[in-house]
Amino acid sequence: MITEDELLYLDHAATTPLRREALEAMWPWLTARFANPSSPHGLGREARAALEAAREELARGLGCRAGELIFTSGGTEADNLAIKGIALGVERPPAARRLIISPFEHPAVEGACDYLCRHHGYRLERLAVDRNGLIDLDDLARRLALPAALCSVILGHNEIGTLQPIERISAIARAHGVALHVDAVQAAGWEAIDVERLGIAALSLSGHKLGAGRGIGALFLRRGVPLEPLLHGGHQERGRRGGTEQLPGVIALARAFTLARAEAERHGERVAALRDAFIRGVLEGCPGARLTGDAERRLPHHASFLFPGTHGEAVLLALEARGVICSSGSACKAGEDEPSPALLALGVSRQEAQTAVRFCFDIDIDQPQVDRAVRAVVEAVAQVRGLGGR
Amino acid sequence: MPTGIVALPPTRNTSTPMSSAPIYLDYAATTPVDPRVAQAMARHLGLDGTFANPASRSHMLGWLAEQAVEGARRQVADLLNADPREIVWTSGATEADNLALIGYMRANRARGRHLITSTIEHKAVIDTAHALENEGFEVSWLKPSADGRIRPEALEAAMRPDTILVSLMAVNNELGTVNDLEALGNIAHRHGAVFHVDAAQAAGKLALDLERLPIDLLSLSAHKIYGPKGIGALYVRRDTRIEPLIHGGGHERGMRSGTLATHQIVGMGEAFALAELERGDDMQRIAELRTRLLEGLGELEGARLSVPEGHGMANILSIGFDGVDGQALVMALRRLALSTGSACNSASVAPSYVLTELGVPTERALATLRISLGRFSTATEIDTAIEDIREALDKLRTDSRAQSA
Repeated sequence: MITEDELLYLDHAATTPLRREALEAMWPWLTARFANPSSPHGLGREARAALEAAREELARGLGCRAGELIFTSGGTEADNLAIKGIALGVERPPAARRLIISPFEHPAVEGACDYLCRHHGYRLERLAVDRNGLIDLDDLARRLALPAALCSVILGHNEIGTLQPIERISAIARAHGVALHVDAVQAAGWEAIDVERLGIAALSLSGHKLGAGRGIGALFLRRGVPLEPLLHGGHQERGRRGGTEQLPGVIALARAFTLARAEAERHGERVAALRDAFIRGVLEGCPGARLTGDAERRLPHHASFLFPGTHGEAVLLALEARGVICSSGSACKAGEDEPSPALLALGVSRQEAQTAVRFCFDIDIDQPQVDRAVRAVVEAVAQVRGLGGR
Repeated sequence: MPTGIVALPPTRNTSTPMSSAPIYLDYAATTPVDPRVAQAMARHLGLDGTFANPASRSHMLGWLAEQAVEGARRQVADLLNADPREIVWTSGATEADNLALIGYMRANRARGRHLITSTIEHKAVIDTAHALENEGFEVSWLKPSADGRIRPEALEAAMRPDTILVSLMAVNNELGTVNDLEALGNIAHRHGAVFHVDAAQAAGKLALDLERLPIDLLSLSAHKIYGPKGIGALYVRRDTRIEPLIHGGGHERGMRSGTLATHQIVGMGEAFALAELERGDDMQRIAELRTRLLEGLGELEGARLSVPEGHGMANILSIGFDGVDGQALVMALRRLALSTGSACNSASVAPSYVLTELGVPTERALATLRISLGRFSTATEIDTAIEDIREALDKLRTDSRAQSA
């Protein structure tokens, strides 16, 4: 029996624990300094000042102005606000009601686009990708040459880890005057992001993927981009998002983001090297196993595989018995057992897609943990195959 | 990552020794998190808690988080005598209001396009109703009577065959006045419309039995009742169809997507459970404090209650003062943390739209204080507040007489 202390949690793409420093930074604002930032009295003004200081901190980290940040309840709301808000921010002729996205966007982006198609006469077009999940830039240029409301691309993929060449994508979008939204929920913290230099219109962040806890996120929205709010009521967030601000979450998000960036600068390469060692160990130890996503252009903490001859869920159980917690795919599709659309988009068969397993490290991963994880994976896959996992 | 919870600073110092510390009289804007709620949240904020994604059904840790979320859902449902499956988590009452109005109108537009609400609703309802007008829906705006309530006869007169939704608040956030939800809801239902109630100020203070009351949609907030900010819920009576506002992974039975914030939800559940236990004692004590406050302030020169006594909640007192400058009054009350209007429209110095709707003259509206009491209010604080307000008024009147002399 494995105790909870011995668990090796390698599912940091699903959610990641709150950082101690973020908890310490937010706690006073959750308890003693609890005033509403909109209240006119001294306590309220103190809360307002803390809110704006946190906004400044996050803005520095992203290379934008504080006024270009809108705090939300998480990545899903940020994606919804970006997609619906930008699309409906101006009146568009029917020909321009086109949404151009990658074939493996997060369900929040897909869901928001689907809503626009059902209720507002939009059409959705999915970009071509190669076998590693990299967007076909020629296809992108062709599609953006025609009028479109927006283009949305996931920067670092939650299931396959592929990092898109966002600078080149942004250059193409700008050349055609199409607003580009980047879902950076998985990549934020790990990757250096300078929204000003990238010239993108919008970018989504989520707190609980970078150690800030759940229930907080943010949308960067470039100044001057017209936005239709999702949540009406109140003047908060400059009228772009109503509701009393969740100050503790905002403070945790700013703190956690700053720390995550500093750590990734220092240790990102070490994590990527350990991740590569993990990939090598798994591929050597599990005959027939394949890495999904791009081997080079991928999130530094992310490794995802297909284990033909197994079932991903069975491998997960065998790993859990060995104290290794990971995921068969995305945790974001509440309780579904459908093969991952991301894998299907890479040309993986439905049957093989059911053999997918994903591992995501945190910044503190070390060699002994990697060794233990490799051993566990090799044993688990062998065990499932031995049982006739097919 | 740490494996244990950090040593946390004290949650709140309820007996402030320093007399210069502000006295908090703004419980209707937001409440401190009850230390017991903070404790429950802390358990879910660390690695030793249940931190995994509630939707990661595949592994154990996710399972524990899901249990905590479902436990909290039951705590909230219990306070309302509702079924847990009728509770949809949101990021707060503003989102709940948006989801109720936009979600219901969009999903049921084939049945009608008319919505009825009032001019003294919270901004979350008013601004959302305006957004629906822009979307092609029709809105009728009921005006309050002088007692700050919506008369059932006014609603009856506004009902039309194509009215599909009526949205009225349980308790007004600036006045504390309580609507007759049973009478209003019955009218809505008799005409085949659904009844939405913004209960952000009412939940945990007023008995809300949804088994009995004719309410179909009800917005809730945690931070008005000693829970955390950034979490709320919409009660959706079974078979009431709404279009989601936030699309995605299909969480919350498809009505609201997004990873659930376990610690926030646990905090809301705990806050509601405490409210269920302590509402009686709390409200009785608060009523006594309010009487004390009213006795002290009512006798001051030029004092006028915004609404007559009799239909209000015990925790809110709205009182204006004739013949003083509102800005100067607020400046003079630095030691008192109170509001002059709703916190949600206090960025500007325009008079509160709620008071304006009641016919309160602008000058007095600007010199109106909303004093709201709560679980941690004390008699000493009330006495100090009365004294500060008395002194401020005396000083302002002396100064202005000296100026005009």
